[in-house]
Amino acid sequence: MQNNNYNWERKTNLRIIKELIFWSAAVILFFYCWQIISKLTMWPFVYDGAEQAGKLLSRMFPPNWSYFPELLSPIWDTITIATLGTMAAVVFAIFVAFLAAKNTTPHPLLRQLALLIIVTSRSVNSLIWAIILVIILGPGVLAGIIAISLRSIGFVSKLLYESIEEIDKNQVEAVTATGASKFSTLIYSVIPQVFPTFVGTTVYRWDINIRESTVVGLVGAGGIGLQLNESILGLKWPNAIIIFMMILSLVFLSEFASAKIRKLII
Amino acid sequence: MLKISELHKEYPGGDLALKGVDFELNEGEIAAVIGPSGAGKSTLIRCINRLVDSTSGEIYLNDNEINSLDKKELKNIRKKMGMIFQEYALVERLTVMENVLSGRLGYVSFWRAWLRKFPQADINHAYQLLDRLGLKDHINKRADQLSGGQRQRVGIARALIQDPEILLVDEPTASLDPKTARNIMSLITNLAEERNLSALINIHDVILAQEYVSRIIGMRDGKIVFDDSPDKLNKDTLTTIYGEEDWETIERNSSQEKNNDEGGEDIAGFSRKKLQMAASSSNKK
Repeated sequence: MQNNNYNWERKTNLRIIKELIFWSAAVILFFYCWQIISKLTMWPFVYDGAEQAGKLLSRMFPPNWSYFPELLSPIWDTITIATLGTMAAVVFAIFVAFLAAKNTTPHPLLRQLALLIIVTSRSVNSLIWAIILVIILGPGVLAGIIAISLRSIGFVSKLLYESIEEIDKNQVEAVTATGASKFSTLIYSVIPQVFPTFVGTTVYRWDINIRESTVVGLVGAGGIGLQLNESILGLKWPNAIIIFMMILSLVFLSEFASAKIRKLII
Repeated sequence: MLKISELHKEYPGGDLALKGVDFELNEGEIAAVIGPSGAGKSTLIRCINRLVDSTSGEIYLNDNEINSLDKKELKNIRKKMGMIFQEYALVERLTVMENVLSGRLGYVSFWRAWLRKFPQADINHAYQLLDRLGLKDHINKRADQLSGGQRQRVGIARALIQDPEILLVDEPTASLDPKTARNIMSLITNLAEERNLSALINIHDVILAQEYVSRIIGMRDGKIVFDDSPDKLNKDTLTTIYGEEDWETIERNSSQEKNNDEGGEDIAGFSRKKLQMAASSSNKK
């Protein structure tokens, strides 16, 4: 019999079998892990979890409103830690980013160094930076600022250098062709192209840092986290709920502000 | 004023873009370079201001051999070469004025560039150019708000404000509609003539080239295969440049499309269309 049909399949049979094996293996792995976790869990504790949560909540009421004025200074510290930490990080990150981007780095070795800085900074959580810095510098806002900025440098430089590598080369070429120096070319053709990303990343990181700076206080690096820790350890739940509410509204506000700023610039 | 001899360019990977190019361009002479894509036209232009480094050969601009210049000398010689690009290559997020003034970056310090503090003479010159090019009302608009034709005019202003001795023009009309393309081509050639500038213009549109320049250089496969006045361009010479074409089919196609074509009613328009088709059909990117 004559067969005029063309043979086309997106996936060959072999490929389908391989995918089946892969997905079954994944499902088996999931249940195996589930079992281990289940063995190590005290299920009776989990069963009355809802009840415990209810009790915890009831202990928080009525909230201790008179505690509120005492928190104004620490929450201001929190905002300061986030803002100054972001600013310091950004200044440093600009240099790191230009060293790390393939098309602007002065030397491949400097590029490797910059990438190392980025990886180091990104792989350590700000809470851990804070623990280390509190030991070195003693407790306080300064440790918090530095912890936040050390963590942010990697984040900001990474996003920035990736955007530098993605710029339109024609614009750079055109400015180079006028006989402009390397630095003039950089500020006249590279910076205008990455500026929106730069602002966007900075504001986004500030937004994240507001949240992180509420946490670094837990280990004594300044800000409202310190009060939170105190309240929880001292079982002062009516105070804790005030702090929770303040953190929540601060995060909402920062989210709102950063969305506004990004819209304005880009 | 421009003399090129035995210019070779081999790209990493072994692609031979230029295989021995020789020609001379006199002061005030405007030449169009035509040829299929991949013939080496862009590479040639880029080798002249060393956006691309040639493999061997010599390029003389006046008395300077370009390939032997060090970085600083190269920057100085680049000031003398105004370049115009196909995709305009404007800094999209900067204003028209900033883009035009970028042509003066070779003359001002880094700090002045940073603060956009250009000398008064440059600003005056920029205003004159923008006025001449019909962009007076767009001075403070951002480049990405302009139409293609307007952007290319900004590109022309940026090249001219350099006070160049030669214009290197790479496919100035390829992204433009036919009418705007003619307008841009006449602006480039007129302004070059007024200022007695030499110009080397890469162009796909053979008809436009014929109309506006006095000398045509045809390139094929990294070599110059035609170098003469535009009226020497006919089917045979076009075949030498672009290769064998099925001229009959092109003729039939173009007569079918004749009714859709504005200028296609008269004989001149018809033959123009035919040539255009011939050039563009062997020129698809």
